[in-house]
Amino acid sequence: MIAQILSATQTVILGVAACVIYFWGANWVLDRLLGGENATPNRENRRAAIRPWVFLFPALFFLSLYLIYPVFETFRLSFYNASGAEFVGISNFVWALGDPNFQQSVFNNLLWLIVVPSCATAFGLVIAVMADKLWWGNIAKSLIFLPMAISFIGASVIWKFVYDYRSGDSEQIGILNAIVQGLGFEPQVWIQIPFWNNFFLMAILIWIQTGFAMVILSAALRGIPEETLEAARIDGANDVQIFFNIMIPQIFPTILVVWTTITILVLKVFDIVLAMTNGQWDTQVLANLMFDWMVRGVDFGRSSTIALVIMIAVLPIMIWNIRQASKEEGTR
Amino acid sequence: MRMDLSRFFTHLILLLLVVVWTLPTLGLLVSSVRDKDQLSVSGWWSALTTTERTDQARTGTADIQVQENGQYVISGDLFDGDAAGREIQFFGVTNNTYNDNKAGDTITLKNGTALTVNADGSYRWVSDEPFETSRGQRVLYIAATPPRFTLENYEEVLESEGIGRSFINSFTVTIPATIIPILIAAFAAYALAWMQFPGRGILVALVVGLLVVPLQMSLIPILRLYNGVMPLFGAESKSYLGIWLAHTGFGLPLAIYLLRNYMASLPKEIMESARMDGASHFNIFTTMVLPLSFPALASFAIFQFLWVWNDLLVATVFLGNNDRQLVLTGRLRELIGSRGDNWEILTSGAFISIIVPLIVFFALQRYFVRGLLAGSVKGG
Repeated sequence: MIAQILSATQTVILGVAACVIYFWGANWVLDRLLGGENATPNRENRRAAIRPWVFLFPALFFLSLYLIYPVFETFRLSFYNASGAEFVGISNFVWALGDPNFQQSVFNNLLWLIVVPSCATAFGLVIAVMADKLWWGNIAKSLIFLPMAISFIGASVIWKFVYDYRSGDSEQIGILNAIVQGLGFEPQVWIQIPFWNNFFLMAILIWIQTGFAMVILSAALRGIPEETLEAARIDGANDVQIFFNIMIPQIFPTILVVWTTITILVLKVFDIVLAMTNGQWDTQVLANLMFDWMVRGVDFGRSSTIALVIMIAVLPIMIWNIRQASKEEGTR
Repeated sequence: MRMDLSRFFTHLILLLLVVVWTLPTLGLLVSSVRDKDQLSVSGWWSALTTTERTDQARTGTADIQVQENGQYVISGDLFDGDAAGREIQFFGVTNNTYNDNKAGDTITLKNGTALTVNADGSYRWVSDEPFETSRGQRVLYIAATPPRFTLENYEEVLESEGIGRSFINSFTVTIPATIIPILIAAFAAYALAWMQFPGRGILVALVVGLLVVPLQMSLIPILRLYNGVMPLFGAESKSYLGIWLAHTGFGLPLAIYLLRNYMASLPKEIMESARMDGASHFNIFTTMVLPLSFPALASFAIFQFLWVWNDLLVATVFLGNNDRQLVLTGRLRELIGSRGDNWEILTSGAFISIIVPLIVFFALQRYFVRGLLAGSVKGG
């Protein structure tokens, strides 16, 4: 254990040292070769042209190796068999279209994509508006923000306990069933009720992401000029009218950003499904199906195919983000 | 009056939402310090109340009988010396009658013997004939059990369930994976913010695009790469080095994006006057931009720390499931599978895994929020 801590510390020192040596060294070499006494206007220009790439090289190297190359490789592998050795054409895609688990996952993912971003954004917005009016609003915001720090797997344990079911006459120790029983209904095995169990899993992600939506939207709300709100009040608008007719249109771009951010997260989250049901009782989603085929099925072709489907789902948002960023870049 | 009413409802609804958002975590925390026997039979919200529990015990056997005044007596303690504050309220020897007899009563059993059980658990079983029982008499009782809080659950998960080991492993993974990307990203961010070169716009667009590439796309190619390359260097394919580098790669887009936006917002005048004075980019970066960017560096560090600490996917794929290297999230997942009904294990294990992020989160919330606001195009 001591050895492990030492090795981690050593890595930090080595990693930082390597970075420092590289950046400082490359800069020194560049100045030495093309600068100082050797400087000519021509060389000066070349030095200015090379330096950005010295700064960028390590980052580009990591980005290419860990993100760009894999995108193409995964695309290629989706046309290969389980071990990635033999070209099989589109048979992985044919398999996916006919596979009931895949169909189930696509259906469930659509549900997740509709429910989670809308609920998290709506809750976040309502809480942000209400909290800004009350003296204890900041405490409320901190408490609602707190789940953001908890891992999906930790959150799953927390909620598994909420949904816990005891059979027979034993006392219910899960709070949901205790409440249901207290109201005079039958306790249920919540995560095993097909279709509806999806919503109990979604609740976990909504619980985590509402804090995120709240923080971003709260900042946007504070950006609305006080005069605008004041003018509306003078014109006799009530709180509800102000909310729908002034606040929402004013912060709409931010709402869109929050929405898309949560949408992307929804497509990638697999931990919750893995921990709660592992896809049983009709709760499978694409990310967990992909994980299952990669780790348990060890079929790189099929899992690549599923990963590609997730990538395609993200693509529109990616293009939209790039456009927005390029627009901003243009104005700078 | 109408205003007051709407204000009242605002208070009420927000309070309700806060309660809904807080109760699940509170339940976990309370449960993790409860006695494990109480935890499994009563809800955590009743943790402070005395509960009535039905239990059973056996009296001593014929071996320990003594003769008193011509009678044979077996006596002892149903709690076996470990009352832990429990008090017997009712007792009996059959399933139908155990809530009929108050503690302190004497009942006559079928074979004519007399049994007395007191509230403190002591009993006295009297017979005119010598006892011959070799198993003792089963006694059912209802005992009032006071609430009991303990750290035993934590001791157990830390020592025998491997959470302690995983705690160290999580730190081993997280610290280098947080620090290494920062420097790499900072240089790149500076170049993208303040240097003029062809292709800069495309690179910025590339970084923005890479922000949202699902991790799922990277896993298989990198896994195959590690399987092929690591053995060439005599290393195992599932190693800490592999996961450090992977997290560095996956964290870079956000790091570059956050830092570039921040650096680009630094006042242009300082840069230009420094350039006029003949300072090189390298000097401007190390002596001015890097110190000025501290808030953005801190934001990213918190992000990356929380993300790596809470990650299960990358850890499972690149570090595997072997006991020596299992991180907290992986261990927790394993416990859900193997100890799914032992809530004392799950709750205390989960709490240990979330305590570090919670501390980081509360101590540095300001930077975290700032990072969120600056980087909100990324999906997690």
